[in-house]
Amino acid sequence: MQEPRAFLQRAAAKTRDEEHRLKILKAIDTYTRVVEQRKHTQFRDWRQARQLAARIKDDVLARLPELLQQFEERITARGARVFWAETAAEARQYILDLVARRQARVVVKSKSMTTEEIGLNEALQHAGVDVWESDLGELIVQVAGEKPYHIVTPAMHKNREDVARLFHEKLGAPLTQDVEQLTMIAREHLRHAYVSAEIGITGANFILAEEGAIVMTENEGNGRLTMACPPVHVVLVGLEKVLPSMRELALFLPLLATSGTGQQITCYNSIVRGPRQPGEPDGPEEMHIILLDNGRTELLAQPEFQHVLRCIRCGACLNACPVYRTIGGHTYNTPYQGPIGSVITPHLRGFRQWYHLPFASSLCGACSDVCPVNIDLHHLLLWNRHRAVEREHTAAPGWRLAMKLWAWGMRRRKRIALLRPWLRLGTKLLLPLLPGAQRRRVPSMAEHSFARLWRDHERQKSHF
Amino acid sequence: MRVSLFIPCLVDQVYPEIGLSMARVLERLGFELHYDPRQTCCGQPAFNAGHVSEARSVAENFVEVFREARVIVGPSGSCTAMVRHFYGRLFARHPLAAAAGDLSRRVYEFSEFLKQYVPADRIRGAFSAKMGFHNSCHSYRELGITDEHVAFLQHIRGLEWIPLPGEPVCCGFGGLFSFKFAPIAETMAKTRLDMFLEAGCDTLLSNDPGCIMHLRQEVQARGLPLRILHLAELLDRAME
Repeated sequence: MQEPRAFLQRAAAKTRDEEHRLKILKAIDTYTRVVEQRKHTQFRDWRQARQLAARIKDDVLARLPELLQQFEERITARGARVFWAETAAEARQYILDLVARRQARVVVKSKSMTTEEIGLNEALQHAGVDVWESDLGELIVQVAGEKPYHIVTPAMHKNREDVARLFHEKLGAPLTQDVEQLTMIAREHLRHAYVSAEIGITGANFILAEEGAIVMTENEGNGRLTMACPPVHVVLVGLEKVLPSMRELALFLPLLATSGTGQQITCYNSIVRGPRQPGEPDGPEEMHIILLDNGRTELLAQPEFQHVLRCIRCGACLNACPVYRTIGGHTYNTPYQGPIGSVITPHLRGFRQWYHLPFASSLCGACSDVCPVNIDLHHLLLWNRHRAVEREHTAAPGWRLAMKLWAWGMRRRKRIALLRPWLRLGTKLLLPLLPGAQRRRVPSMAEHSFARLWRDHERQKSHF
Repeated sequence: MRVSLFIPCLVDQVYPEIGLSMARVLERLGFELHYDPRQTCCGQPAFNAGHVSEARSVAENFVEVFREARVIVGPSGSCTAMVRHFYGRLFARHPLAAAAGDLSRRVYEFSEFLKQYVPADRIRGAFSAKMGFHNSCHSYRELGITDEHVAFLQHIRGLEWIPLPGEPVCCGFGGLFSFKFAPIAETMAKTRLDMFLEAGCDTLLSNDPGCIMHLRQEVQARGLPLRILHLAELLDRAME
């Protein structure tokens, strides 16, 4: 089935799932309350903070090549290897080659949406590698055989009871609803992955040009184990994640923590400048950083869209989006869901298959309101629609014709007046033929238009 | 003051009584009204559906009709936002660019106009309702309209104002979105209406005919005990 139709079917199914709706509303309600409070305790002026962050990112985007080269020089000087991957396939192949060279049978991962973007888990499994997700949320969806539901909270759609049942059924753990015990089950399950894995794969929240470092923030410590225990550490990171220096972290770490989870600061923040150095007792022997383009420089080349590369993947726009809250993360069928996903996916993966995403929005603008780097997401969704119709010609012939007829009629009052009785009759006769949901969405026209009633109104006035 | 009425297509064709209510209220407040029946639509339905050239061809008529108007008032937040914020883009490098850009300073949404030109104590009347305000997304985010804009309602006798917690939440209308993605739009309406019911409202007040149509359909389909009114309708009845 074509993706746009499949999307609508998945969406419709989710809207009928009342349990899902209430679960997500509850989870996001809690998030919103904490985050809104945190914005005020964390920053003297939230609006100024996000404006400053936007300016810093725009400056980064204006001199991206220079900063990335500086990053490469500094981190390679300390023994890391940097690979520039133009496509997802190149990034995957680099990792697969590494797996083959190291004869790795087990890979441990910490949460990374960029690895989802390149379909890494599937590629590794296909090559016969055992892949272990070490982030608790990621582990839950992996055990359930699902994809992440949300870019920050991948198992948002599962409550405590769901996780208990899952661990009981899939991991053979005793049935318990105690959160601490559930965490211990996951920990037990993961411990041997860290020591048996040949390669640890992580993402990075930021990379620093001046220091030649990668920065990773997390809440469980699994990221640290993933990059420190195995002999090889691979970092896959989008090339837009670069910051000029460590100084900018003073703004960006609290910004991400606030918008992502409502925390003052995430529990573990690591800055890594290379593999194990001579004389150091531990750390990986090799460190590889893959800088992923995969369509990003094309976005950068479009003045209208380039500032979407400010995104720090905090997930705030997903939580704020009433459509996301209604249809859930899986309906999108993309690694990046919600408003940010609907802005970038057609560019990264092609309008032909993904043009419907920007249309699946009421353009309410809640996403732009909460974005910590001031991306006007709902306008970008609208520009995406313009591009889909005008440049990519994705509109169905029926819609194109309908809009042309509509515009012809709407250009002149005389035409509306002429067509009106027929349209009114037409909708009355055709309405019962439409499917139920859409039938309700066709407005029944009033007996007389305002234009006509106004004439009567004016006549009455002059009469009195 | 002479006011030119901006009657959106949805009001013209589906809810003319909203337009008439707004006109009556403005007349009672002493404004001289002008309505040019050549007006049709601002072009927003096509613009938001991605069909830019169709939108422009319809919007050209709007600009021609209103280019001489001094003050333009319409009963819709999203149509006002279309003219004020998106005509610049729609008419970029177009012969009408200057005229279209000029409109943005003269077009007002109804409650904006009242706030700016009518002293709050001049709006008096009586209306019995437990009322919550559904500020439309475009009115709130594109025009910056807040509860403050309709604070004059608190002077209407019998009206119990029930504040809703948090930011305004979308009702799911979104123009053709509610047709193309009907199941999503309906569930969004349900979520939004539940908020008003839980807050104890019997009346939902809005300033956008699009939201009103969408919400009325949902209320009707589910038989909910909630009356959906446009601000103009409420004032018209209260001031009668």
